[in-house]
Amino acid sequence: MFRVTRFAFRVPNLNRTFAPVKINTLNLVELKSVSFGYRDEPVIDQVDLVIRSGDFIGMIGPNGGGKSTIIRIIMGLLEPWSGEVIISKETNIGYLPQTHNFDNRYPISVLEVVLSGLLKVHGITTRVNKKDKQKALGVLEKVGMADLAKRSIGDLSGGQMQRVFIGRALISSPQLLILDEPVTYVDNRFEQELYNLLEIISRETAILLVSHDIGQIVSSVRTIACVNRHLHYHPSNQITEEILESYNCPIDLITHGHVPHRVLHTHLP
Amino acid sequence: MILDFFNYDFIRFALAASLLGSITAGIIGTYVVTRRMVFITGGITHASFGGLGLGFFLGVNPLLGAAVFGLISGVGVEYLSRFHKIREDSVIAMVWSFGMALGIIFISLSPGYAPNLMSYLFGNILSVSTQDILIMSILLVLVLALFIPFFRLIQYVTFDEDFARTSRVPVSLFKYLLAALVALTAVVYIRVAGIILVLSLLTIPQNTALLFSNNLKKIMWLSIGIGFLGSLLGLVISYAGNIPSGASIIFSLVVLYLLGSAGKAIFEARMKLRKINLSATRFKP
Repeated sequence: MFRVTRFAFRVPNLNRTFAPVKINTLNLVELKSVSFGYRDEPVIDQVDLVIRSGDFIGMIGPNGGGKSTIIRIIMGLLEPWSGEVIISKETNIGYLPQTHNFDNRYPISVLEVVLSGLLKVHGITTRVNKKDKQKALGVLEKVGMADLAKRSIGDLSGGQMQRVFIGRALISSPQLLILDEPVTYVDNRFEQELYNLLEIISRETAILLVSHDIGQIVSSVRTIACVNRHLHYHPSNQITEEILESYNCPIDLITHGHVPHRVLHTHLP
Repeated sequence: MILDFFNYDFIRFALAASLLGSITAGIIGTYVVTRRMVFITGGITHASFGGLGLGFFLGVNPLLGAAVFGLISGVGVEYLSRFHKIREDSVIAMVWSFGMALGIIFISLSPGYAPNLMSYLFGNILSVSTQDILIMSILLVLVLALFIPFFRLIQYVTFDEDFARTSRVPVSLFKYLLAALVALTAVVYIRVAGIILVLSLLTIPQNTALLFSNNLKKIMWLSIGIGFLGSLLGLVISYAGNIPSGASIIFSLVVLYLLGSAGKAIFEARMKLRKINLSATRFKP
């Protein structure tokens, strides 16, 4: 359903503008001058960020700049040194971590891994009914893994596992989807499929997409957050190297390969 | 001879202990094996020897002392494993040997000679009492009370702890509860299999089951069945050959594991051959 036949010919709409959605927007996540570090070394410093419904934020920045740290704080895996994290209890966040800390010989099927994404909805006495299973199969269809639903997770390749984990993030129909470097292990073909899928999802779901490679994300996101210890929010996806430099966010804008390129205008104030 | 076998009370008790033990160990052992806590469990079991010694020294039930030591070391290692700076396996080795050392110190300080020390090291399923059966039943009820309602949660927490944490469920609470149950299981079944052999009840049937399934529930059921079958075989061998029951049960469990591995290898080889034959016929002109 989400398969593109020939993505190479897909021309990005250069003049696409996004009317800021003002009606019925909801603050899903709010960070207020959040700081965190390891030992005495601060990794992020006084970070402010608001994620609203309807957002599609690309988070970029160099390695070690603090992108994953911010995500892990939002997900409650790290306690910030200072500052405030405001997330409503009802906010359902789908999460794809950058690295997975699991035993890949654990006896669990692909279908069951996707179903585990419902844990936060069902709570500690989580049970699975037929409807949930169908939902999981539907999600596996979307990420192109339905054929392998019964396989053990450990028998998959890195890219296939990544698809399954994306499925796990999607199954609960979250209001916010956070993807930390989602294309790390996947092949070019699925990478493009994934971006198309995200574009469809973004019509109903807020997305925070983390990538160290800006060329990959600039054509799909609506706004950009640049993280290099500090967070600079850029309310548009039109950015230039000058702007990035002024943010102290040294990122190469020139990418190569299969990504549909976008000519970046000089941003006028 | 077989009828004789069932006529003795101690045999009936042994059978009851085998059944209870197979169910408890089938469930807890599957958790231990899939979460790769086998070494931790070995540490807990051996550390509880310190408690046994203390029990002798104070003149209370040695298994009570063992339970206390087991719980402290089980929950303690689980707690320490949160800190990534600590080399977990080294800590386990220290707990393991320190517990044994304490046990020996206490026993040598105790007045008189500690009686059936051998039975604690190697276990004796034929000396199981009514009280033991009662304790085993209570433990099984606790295990079922945790695993039946929270089965999926336990599975998800074991598979990917970080992801479970992001789902706002009390991950640490369940890890501690499970660590406590692992420790209690190890200590309670010291009576049956002994400190040295209890680990095999928690690992051999589970690894046999893992040969055949990737479904956690099926693995638990299979482990229970294999554990019980192994115990029955072991009892018969023990009775017929006048061999200590702990050793004969473990011998049977290992034989079942080897049979399972061989069976699986043969089955897979046949499937492969069949595939080759099929593709060969398909491309015939």
